[in-house]
Amino acid sequence: MYKTNDLILRTTTSLIAFMMLGFAIYLLIAGHNAPGGGFVGGLLTAGAVLLMYMAYGTEAVEKMIPINFTTLVPIGLAVAVGTGVGSFIFNQPFLSHTFGYFTFPIFGEIELATAMLFDVGVYLTVVGVVMTIILTIANDR
Amino acid sequence: MIELMLSAALVMFGLAGAIALIRIIIGPSLPDRIIALDMIGVILVSVVAVISVILNTRAFLEVILILAILAFISTIAFSRYIERGAIIERKRDR
Repeated sequence: MYKTNDLILRTTTSLIAFMMLGFAIYLLIAGHNAPGGGFVGGLLTAGAVLLMYMAYGTEAVEKMIPINFTTLVPIGLAVAVGTGVGSFIFNQPFLSHTFGYFTFPIFGEIELATAMLFDVGVYLTVVGVVMTIILTIANDR
Repeated sequence: MIELMLSAALVMFGLAGAIALIRIIIGPSLPDRIIALDMIGVILVSVVAVISVILNTRAFLEVILILAILAFISTIAFSRYIERGAIIERKRDR
């Protein structure tokens, strides 16, 4: 059996995976006023990690990203539930969200909403679920 | 005039997709079908771009990028399956 060489795939992966991660973060943040949101951002992040897994193999990626993806699911669910429970502190019904305008030094005035935190929870949950499914199927021999 | 040109472009993309579909159906080997599938992905990206020009909206630009990325990832996954038999390997050098 000849020895295979993945130089082109690995070089392209190290460029494209970072572009995909950046685009996923853009989709996560832009989901309030444009198409996107936590679900698509999570799927695209899982796609970038899957591309790294395909190019470098399981052991190398586990050294690069030392995260057990199964633990992302309860963390994301806790963040999403926490934004709902947090509205009880201000005597509001469950999952009441609010927003405000804040001024930052470089970006100027930005509208920040607490629905963003819920979206982060959805993002973490989707990444955890998709990567758990893919890695479980891939390691099943 | 511009709408006629865009509609003609859509029809030609449809013809190209149909021809690629014929190659997927009758393709004698597996790599033929994979290349045709990748070509259909590129055609879909072009069709979404032309449709977003026709509908005069910018809401589909993310769809174009995501479709291109997904076509890239699926082609790489199929190629690895043909070459090695496993999509995600355990060891790096084997």
